[in-house]
Amino acid sequence: MSTLLVDSPDGTDVRPARRRMRGGLSRAILSNRKATAGLALLLLFCLLAAFPKLFVPWQQGDPRTVGQFQQLLHPSLTHWLGTTGLGQDVYAELIYSTRESLVIALVAGLGATAISVLIGVSAAYLGGVADDALSMLTGVFLVLPTFPLIIVLATYAGKGSLGVVIIVLIATGWAYGANQLRAQGLSLRNRDFLESARVRGERRSYIIVVEVLPTMTSLILANFLGAALYAVLTAAGLQFLGLGDPSSLSWGTMLYWAQNQGALVSGFPAWALAPGLAVALLGVSFALLNYAFDEISNPALRPVRRQRVKRADS
Amino acid sequence: MRFLLRRLGFFVLTLWAAMTINFLIPHMMPGSPAQVLKAKLNHSGRIASPEQLNALLASFGFDPHAGLFDQYVTYMKDMVTFNWGVSIGGSSLGASVTSMIRQALPWTLGLVGVATIMAFIIGTLIGIVAGWRRGGLLDGIVPPVFVVTSALPYFWVALLSIVLFANGAHALLPNDGNYDLGLHPQWSGQFIGSVLTHAILPAGTILITAIGGWILTMRNNTITTLAEDYVRMARAKGLPSRRIMFDYAARNALLPNLSGFAMSLGYVIGGTILVEYVFNYPGLGHMFYLATAGTDYPLLQALFMLVTVAVLVCVLLADFAIFLLDPRARAKG
Repeated sequence: MSTLLVDSPDGTDVRPARRRMRGGLSRAILSNRKATAGLALLLLFCLLAAFPKLFVPWQQGDPRTVGQFQQLLHPSLTHWLGTTGLGQDVYAELIYSTRESLVIALVAGLGATAISVLIGVSAAYLGGVADDALSMLTGVFLVLPTFPLIIVLATYAGKGSLGVVIIVLIATGWAYGANQLRAQGLSLRNRDFLESARVRGERRSYIIVVEVLPTMTSLILANFLGAALYAVLTAAGLQFLGLGDPSSLSWGTMLYWAQNQGALVSGFPAWALAPGLAVALLGVSFALLNYAFDEISNPALRPVRRQRVKRADS
Repeated sequence: MRFLLRRLGFFVLTLWAAMTINFLIPHMMPGSPAQVLKAKLNHSGRIASPEQLNALLASFGFDPHAGLFDQYVTYMKDMVTFNWGVSIGGSSLGASVTSMIRQALPWTLGLVGVATIMAFIIGTLIGIVAGWRRGGLLDGIVPPVFVVTSALPYFWVALLSIVLFANGAHALLPNDGNYDLGLHPQWSGQFIGSVLTHAILPAGTILITAIGGWILTMRNNTITTLAEDYVRMARAKGLPSRRIMFDYAARNALLPNLSGFAMSLGYVIGGTILVEYVFNYPGLGHMFYLATAGTDYPLLQALFMLVTVAVLVCVLLADFAIFLLDPRARAKG
């Protein structure tokens, strides 16, 4: 999963980003097919999360309510994905679960990225002992086995609430980005535009926020997407194992109940597979955007047009 | 030499940090192992007096009167000397953690280890070819397909493969356990065949989800390396393209992936928790799940320590390998 995000720090665009940001980024996304597909998927999920009622107008009240319908119905026109062993409509639950899964992804992604930026950029810019200490810390978190650590933490935290899951995801998800941002920051340190800011007598905080950070926009965005992808998959895995809140409305929890009530064994594949497919699609949208960002920020990786196929051995 | 010493120092420090975290987490969280054990023993209704309870707790390795630091020293000593205590899980109450792990380890090593190595080798080869024939047919299909597969959740691929191949009365493949229930472990064709058919679906799941990352990074690394001057030089010398591809481009493109591969090898010890859980495969990953479900702290602690040590050792070995293979790393050190 994380290997996807490998990006050569020197290949990344380090031009001052202000010029490019205006329209440049959105044009770049729209002209890249992978990015467009990823963005469209993500927007669809945002829509589902914001207005679930639009997509299941017939749903009255909480879709978790037990015994609304007959139990264990196969998919039909009235119940598109069938019903659960407790008489809930699988499709309605699926739509309503989008919100929590998306919130976990975005909040954990943002939190992890914020810590990566803070630690990575300060390490690169401060240098010396501070850099040594911070990169040591990053290195330690980078090699700690994350999924086992998360499971251990979630077990001790008492099979936790949404907050616990998010905090654990942030705590284990920031190191990769911090490492990349530090490398990028180091390559910037002696650039002329930073030198001139220093000569102008700007404060350190000003230089970091106004001069350094904008040049890293694409890398920070890529990191956010990677962290969000990681959060989606890991949160779903945790909840699937029963380490989330079993009464919450999320795809992972749906999977947990489907597995618990033997959906696969008793012949209800739609019930068992649909929530996982939703997780997969949200993950795919982040991964597509992330890969497209790699292509946008590293022109060497852009797809070659078919007409002038260039073989390395020709 | 300085490079190696630095890496060794990092290894020791990280190991210490991980072991300390492993020790501290249960002490900082609500619900201590001792309480869980107390509850379990009380539940079974056999414990009468507090003295008896304390005696039993002590036999499980919890001394209620020891200070935090003393406990820390004892814990460190126990971990290093393979004295990992006894399980307090539901069905395995009182079993020795070391022997439980010894039983599950070969299954995980065989299944997850082989699948991980295969994913790396196959993925790297496909990545080299896709990067080399930039814009060719393979390169047109590979990136989008594997961006998608690398974002699929392990457990979902596992569930899907069960629906497709191992569901209903006419199942093609088994989906549960490591060999048929009626068989006994022995070197017979029937037993080995049973082990292999039980491994196909879990191994396939790991292969499908792990291979994408290797293909994509290797493709991108190859493309970046192909722009280097030494590749142009090799072409100018008129070397055969197969040689340029493997000896010039691929060799250098592989270096950045080595430490990633080392880490994934280390993770093998932890098993693939979600895959082993779905397929009920009795490896270390499944044991991890059982330890969580039964709040079996000693088992959980030993398993986590084992995974961390494995990852760290593999990363250290990768550092040494890079030192040997890459003159630039030697020059820097």
